[in-house]
Amino acid sequence: MIFSFEIPLLILLLLTAAGAILVKDLMSAILLLGCYSFFLSLVWAWLGAVDVAFVEAVVGAGLATVLFLLTLFGTAPKDSRLRRPPPPMAALIGLPLLGILLLYAAKDLPQFGDPNSPANSHISPTYLEQSFHDTHTPNVVTSVLMDYRSLDTMVETVVIFTAGIACVLLLRRKAS
Amino acid sequence: MIRPHDSIIVQSLGRFLIPVIQLFGLYVLFFGQYGPGGGFVGGVILGTSMVLAILVFGHDASRSQLSKKALHGDGLGMLIFAGVGGLCLIGGGEFLNYAHLHIPGLEIAARRSLGIVLTQIGVAIDVAVTAISIVFSLSAEEIIEDSTNG
Repeated sequence: MIFSFEIPLLILLLLTAAGAILVKDLMSAILLLGCYSFFLSLVWAWLGAVDVAFVEAVVGAGLATVLFLLTLFGTAPKDSRLRRPPPPMAALIGLPLLGILLLYAAKDLPQFGDPNSPANSHISPTYLEQSFHDTHTPNVVTSVLMDYRSLDTMVETVVIFTAGIACVLLLRRKAS
Repeated sequence: MIRPHDSIIVQSLGRFLIPVIQLFGLYVLFFGQYGPGGGFVGGVILGTSMVLAILVFGHDASRSQLSKKALHGDGLGMLIFAGVGGLCLIGGGEFLNYAHLHIPGLEIAARRSLGIVLTQIGVAIDVAVTAISIVFSLSAEEIIEDSTNG
């Protein structure tokens, strides 16, 4: 049935996420986080969002792991062991309640792939019908990102540029 | 300062894999109009291949020189993206309205397609340089004088 791939993937996601939180060593936590991103990218690909799966696999499992590891190697060795205080009582009671509330609210969400849901009926048909005629670009995601919404994409690029500049300004230092 | 990896397996695999990854990154970048992919992912794949070259061969190897040179391209991607927008302004339209790029012999839809390709190249350069630059900031100390003094 439709859930045959989803359930094992989601169980693996939960296991790797819990492992990344519970494991004693920061290095293991980083590698488990990479595994988590990889399984998440499989979930995106299974749901049909191949672009998002691409980004998740490359950035989450590849680049972010390298950046985390380089940061870890830049710190003192004694900082890589974790001291974990016991969780407060309010979190132990409040967070499961919040989860139950969210699950209860999730019943009102539209079905996956429902053609009558608001996201699929408002403006998406216009894009799907017009984008090839307007831009000669078969991939609607690309034409929406780079043409109809290109100002948003430009500001996102500015954000990435600013992040790179800020890292250079904060982290680069002369050898002492 | 990252030293070259001392395993022959990692070195040979890196020598073989890095050009393949770069080729795949270019494919994803330019195939983004016809399938999944696009400027962001293509740029990240290109940047990751150069990061892999630094991790495998070290900062000083000749194979890492491309990444070191790429550091000077910071801001070039933004310039391309905003420059295409500015060209549209000069052509008499709105900012980033690619239909007003003035290229003779192209109909409006083809101009829009060309604008998408150009801005995707801009995004890719920006993302790739940012990835390399963050890795250099996190790892390099002695290398900085080299890259700033030329």
